[in-house]
Amino acid sequence: MKPALSVIFFTVSSGAGFGLIALLGLADLLQRAGGAGGPSDREIAAGGLIALVLVAAGLLSSTLHLANPRNAWRAFSRFRTSWLSREGVFALAFFPMAAGYLALVELGAGEGPRAIAAACTVVLAWITLYCTGMIYASLKPIPQWHSPLVPIGYLALGHYSGALLLLAVLACAGHPTSPYVDLALGWLVVAAAVKLVYYASMARANARTTINTATGISRARVRLLDVGHSHGTFLTDEFCFSVARAHARVGKALVVLVGFVIPLLALLLSPATLPVAILAVAAATVGLILERWFFFAEARHVVRIYHGL
Amino acid sequence: MKLGLVIDLDTCVGCHACAVACKEWNGSSAVSGPLSDYEPYGAEPSGVWFNRIRHYEIGEYPDNKTLNLPMSCMHCEDAACVTVCPTGASYKRPEDGIVLIDQDKCMGCNLCSWACPYGARELDRSSGTMKKCTLCVDRIYDLELPVEERQPACVLACPAHARMFGDLDDPDSAASQAVRERGGFGLMSELGYKPVNQYLPARKPRPIPVQTSPSPPPGRTRTFINRMIKR
Ligand code: SF4
Ligand code: SF4
Ligand code: SF4
Repeated sequence: MKPALSVIFFTVSSGAGFGLIALLGLADLLQRAGGAGGPSDREIAAGGLIALVLVAAGLLSSTLHLANPRNAWRAFSRFRTSWLSREGVFALAFFPMAAGYLALVELGAGEGPRAIAAACTVVLAWITLYCTGMIYASLKPIPQWHSPLVPIGYLALGHYSGALLLLAVLACAGHPTSPYVDLALGWLVVAAAVKLVYYASMARANARTTINTATGISRARVRLLDVGHSHGTFLTDEFCFSVARAHARVGKALVVLVGFVIPLLALLLSPATLPVAILAVAAATVGLILERWFFFAEARHVVRIYHGL
Repeated sequence: MKLGLVIDLDTCVGCHACAVACKEWNGSSAVSGPLSDYEPYGAEPSGVWFNRIRHYEIGEYPDNKTLNLPMSCMHCEDAACVTVCPTGASYKRPEDGIVLIDQDKCMGCNLCSWACPYGARELDRSSGTMKKCTLCVDRIYDLELPVEERQPACVLACPAHARMFGDLDDPDSAASQAVRERGGFGLMSELGYKPVNQYLPARKPRPIPVQTSPSPPPGRTRTFINRMIKR
C-alpha cells in the first residue's frame, strides 16, 4: 500500500493523544481511590490539553487524505457497519467528554462527577483507538492487516507514546517521576513485544490467495503476460507500491532501535529529567512514524497478484 | 434478482472492445459522470476505467496457452466495499444486487477500494469521488431502448460473444444455465465475497480426427495412373 503521510501523522499523533489522556484519567482515578503520588490538578489539565491538541491535529490531518472533503460530514452516518464511521463518531463524542473532564478538574468539581467524567474519557479514548485499528484489521484483501494483532498494536503503541508524554509533562512540572518511568518502561515492553510478534507472524504468514485462486486456474503455473494498460492506473498507484525486502529489514530494525531501544536506554541509564524524557519522546515518535510507514509499505493488497506482483 | 455477468474465458480473445465500449458508454452517463483521462495525448496516458483486461500465460511451453481475463465489478453478494463505506455513498440495491456509488455522497476516502479484492473501484482525481462498474444500470432498465439492447455496453460490444448478462438467481436464465453446464466459477472465492460475476473455463478440446495407421497400398489402376501422370 502506498504510505499516506497524512494518515501516518494522524494515527501517530492522535494515538499518542488518546494514550496520554487515558493514562492521565487512570492515574486520576487511582488517586481518587486513595493512591498517592498521582498528578496534580494542574498537571492533569496541562497534559489533557496537550492530548486534545494531538488528537485534534491528527483528526484534521486525516481529512487531508480525502479527495472530496466537502462530504466528510457524511462520514458519521454508517455507524452500524463501518469502522471508519465508528471511529469518527467516537472521536467526536470524545472531544466534549474530555473537554468537560478537564474543565471539572480545573474547576475543582466534586469527586463523583469528576470520577465519572474521567472514566468516560478513558473508555472513549480506548474505543476510538480500537476503531482505528479495526479499520485496517477488517480489510480481508490485505493479509498483513487482517489480524487481531493490528488493533492490539494500535492500543499498545498509543499507550506507549502516551506514557512517555506523561513522563515528559510530569518532569516538566517537577513532579517526582520514578513511578512514571516504570509505567513508561512497562508500556515500552508491551508495545515492543506486540510489534515483534506482529513482525514475526507477518514473516511466517502464508497467503491463501495466489495467482491460481485469483484466476481460477487451480493447478497450472500462471504468469502475467501483459497488464493491459500502458501506464500507471489508480490501482498501480495505490496498491503496487513496493519496498525492497532488504530495505524493509533495515527499516524495521530502525523501528526497534529508534522507537524502543533508544528510549529504553535513556530511561534506564539516567535519572528521568526533562531532557531525558524529551529525548525518549522524540526517539519514540520518529520510531513510530517509521513503524507506521512500514505498516503501509509492507501491506500487500491481493489486487497486486493480478498485476503480476 | 442477482444481476451479473458471465464471462467465457474459452472464447474471450482479449481484444479490449468491452473495455472501450464501457468507457464510451459510461463516460457520458449520468450515473457516475465523466470518466476522467489524465494526459490522454501525453507521454503517460492514464485514466479511470470500469473494466480492465489482463493477459496471462497458463502452463509451460509447449503445453502453454493464453488466458485473457476481463475484470469489472463482481457485484459481490458479500460486498465489503459497501460495509466499510462511512458515508453511505456505496450501496447494494436490494432489488437486483447491483452495487453502486452515490457520487453526491462520496468523500473520496479510498477505503472501499482497499476493501475490494478485485480492483474494481477507481478514484476519479477530477471529481474526487470513487467510481466503478454500474452494470450499465442506465441501459438495462431503459424502456426507450429496443429490448435486445437493454444489456450492458460491454456485452453488446464483445465480438466473440464471450460476455453474457443475466439474473444469476434465476436457474432458468441463459446465464445460470451456462454457469451450470460449463462449470462456471468466481474469482478469489476463498475471500468469501461471493462474487456474482462468473467465469466459464476452457471447454474440453473437441477431438480432431487424425490418421493413426498408414494407408493401405493403392490398387492396380491407381498405381498405373500414378505412373502415367507426372506430378
Ligand atoms: S467487486 Fe469489489 S467493488 Fe464490486 S461489489 Fe465486489 S468488493 Fe465491491
Ligand atoms: S471513497 Fe467514497 S464510496 Fe468509497 S468508502 Fe470512501 S466515501 Fe465511501
Ligand atoms: S456492465 Fe457496463 S459499466 Fe460494467 S463493465 Fe460492462 S459496460 Fe462497463
